[in-house]
Amino acid sequence: MKRVTVHEEWCLGCHLCEYNCAYANSGIPDMVKALKGKRIFPRIKVEDGGTPGSVTFAVSCRHCPDPICVKSCISGALSKRGGAVTVDRSKCVGCYTCILVCPFGAISTDGDGAVLKCELCLSNGAGTPACAAGCPNGALTVEDIDIPEG
Amino acid sequence: MKTYVIIGGGVAAVGCVEGIRSVDKGARIVLIAGEGRLPYCRPLISYYLEGKTDFEKMKYRPEDFYTENSVEVVYDTAVSVDPASRTVALGGGGTVKYDAVCLATGSRPFVPPIPGLENVTRKFGFMTEEDAIALDGAIYPGCRVLIVGAGLIGLKCAEGLCGRAGSITVCDLAPRVLSSILDGTASSLMQACLEEHGVRFMLGDTAESFLPGVARMKSGVDVAFDVLVLAVGVRANVSLAKDAGCEVGRGIAVDTHMRTTVAGIYAAGDCVEAEDASGGGRRVMAIMPNAVIGGRCAGVNMAGGDGTFDSAVPMNAIGFFGLHALTAGTYEGELYEEKGERTLRRFYVKDGYLSGFMLIGAVDRAGIYTSLIRNRIPLDTVDFEALRKAPSMRGFSSEYRREHMEGWK
Repeated sequence: MKRVTVHEEWCLGCHLCEYNCAYANSGIPDMVKALKGKRIFPRIKVEDGGTPGSVTFAVSCRHCPDPICVKSCISGALSKRGGAVTVDRSKCVGCYTCILVCPFGAISTDGDGAVLKCELCLSNGAGTPACAAGCPNGALTVEDIDIPEG
Repeated sequence: MKTYVIIGGGVAAVGCVEGIRSVDKGARIVLIAGEGRLPYCRPLISYYLEGKTDFEKMKYRPEDFYTENSVEVVYDTAVSVDPASRTVALGGGGTVKYDAVCLATGSRPFVPPIPGLENVTRKFGFMTEEDAIALDGAIYPGCRVLIVGAGLIGLKCAEGLCGRAGSITVCDLAPRVLSSILDGTASSLMQACLEEHGVRFMLGDTAESFLPGVARMKSGVDVAFDVLVLAVGVRANVSLAKDAGCEVGRGIAVDTHMRTTVAGIYAAGDCVEAEDASGGGRRVMAIMPNAVIGGRCAGVNMAGGDGTFDSAVPMNAIGFFGLHALTAGTYEGELYEEKGERTLRRFYVKDGYLSGFMLIGAVDRAGIYTSLIRNRIPLDTVDFEALRKAPSMRGFSSEYRREHMEGWK
C-alpha cells in the first residue's frame, strides 16, 4: 500500500503540493486550464506560520489504521478498502461529522455538500500521489508499506 | 462453533459484526432486525424528504456485506433474553442459543400524553424509514405542518420539509432551539437561519391539547395544522436488558468493554449509558459514531478479543441550509469566545483540559479540537491560544506530530 510520508524539516512552504493535488483531482488534462483563475480546493494543505523561518509542513489524510472518520460517517460514504480511506461523494450528504472527528483536520469541503479528502490519487488518473511526485525538496515522499486494515 | 446474537438492526449491530469478524472469522452470527430491513442511516431520513438521497444509498453497508461476513439476518423481534439458558426468544416463535449476545436495541420516540392526540389523524414520528415514507406521503403543497420539538430531529425534519409545505411551525417548551447542544447565543444563530427559510418558531410554548385540526398551545394560542410531527425526544429501549437482570438507568449500564452487569450480555448504541470522557458523568450519548465504535468494541470482546471504548463524548454535527454547528464535550469551565457576524466559536476549559466547544459557521478542522477532548490532551502541552484562533497541527509539538500522525518523520 502506498503512503505519503511527511518530512517536515524539508518542507519549503511553497504550496506546490496543493496545486498539484487540485490539478490531479480536477479531471482537466491541462494544468493551466484546471487552475488558472479558479479557487482551488486541494486535499492537502500546507501549514505555515506566516513568518519567515517558521516550521512548515503539509497535512493530508493519514489513512489511519483505525480511521475514526469511517466509524463516524453517518451515511456510510467513507470506507477503507485496500489501505485507502475514500469517500463516495454520491452517498455523502455533507453533515460534516467526519470534520468533527478527524484529529488532524484532514477532511475539507468545496462548499458543494460532499466532503473532500486525499484518496492517494488512486482513482484520479495521476497513478501516484501527485503531491509527492511534484514536491521539489523531498518533503513528501511515497512509501510502499503494509498498512493493517482497520 | 460459537454463536453470537445481535439484537437490533441499526449501525451498532454493523459495528458489532465487524468487531466479531476482526477476531473470529468462523463463528455463527445471528442479527435480529426488528424493522424488517437491513441497517440504514437513520439521520438521513431528512435528506430523503429533501430528495437528496434514496433508500438504496441510505443502506449503511452494501447488501453483500452480510453475505461476505456470513451474517444470518432474521427479520423478527426479540421478546426476551434468558441469561441462565443463554437463549433469545423471538416474537415469531422459536429461540436462538447464544454464547454472547449484544443488545443494540436503540431508542424509540417519546410520545407525550397530550389530550386529544388520539384524534389527530395525520400525526407522525420522525425516526425510521417507515416514518419518512408515511410523512412524505402526507405532505402536499400548501399543507400546514406543526412540529412539536425543536431538537435535532424536529429541526432536521423542518429543513427536510422546507419548500414542500405551505407553512412549517416548530414549537418547544424550551426557550431556545437545539437546547440540548447549544446555549442561547448559538441557538439564536441557528434559529435565525431557519427563520430566513420560512420556518416559524413558538418557543417556550407547546401543544397542550388537540382539537380537530387545531393545537391549543400552553400560551392559549390556537395553531391550525394539517400535519403533525412529534419530535419531543427519545427513550432508550432498555426493557429486554432490564428483564434479563441487567443494571439499567436511563440506558443500559455498560463498562468500557461494553459489558452489561450480566455475564454474556453486551450492549451498544443509543440504548446504553456510559461514562462521558469529557467529564459529564454517566449518560446516554445517542450518536452514530458512539454506536458504531461501541458496537465494534462489544463485538471484539464477545468473540474473546480485548476491546476498550473509553473515549465516548457527546458530539454533534448538524447543519441547516449550509450553516453548520459542530459541538462536542461538556460546557463547563472557563469560557473563551470569538464572535463574528454569522459565526460563533466557544471553548470551555476546565482543570487544564478542553472540556467542550461549540462552533457555528466556522467549523473547518474541528476534529483537532475534538481530539483534545477525546484524547485528554493537557492544554499546557499545546499552543492553545493559537489553536483557539485557528485549528492546526502547528499548535502541537513536532514530537506529537511524529508520534500520532502515521507516516510522519
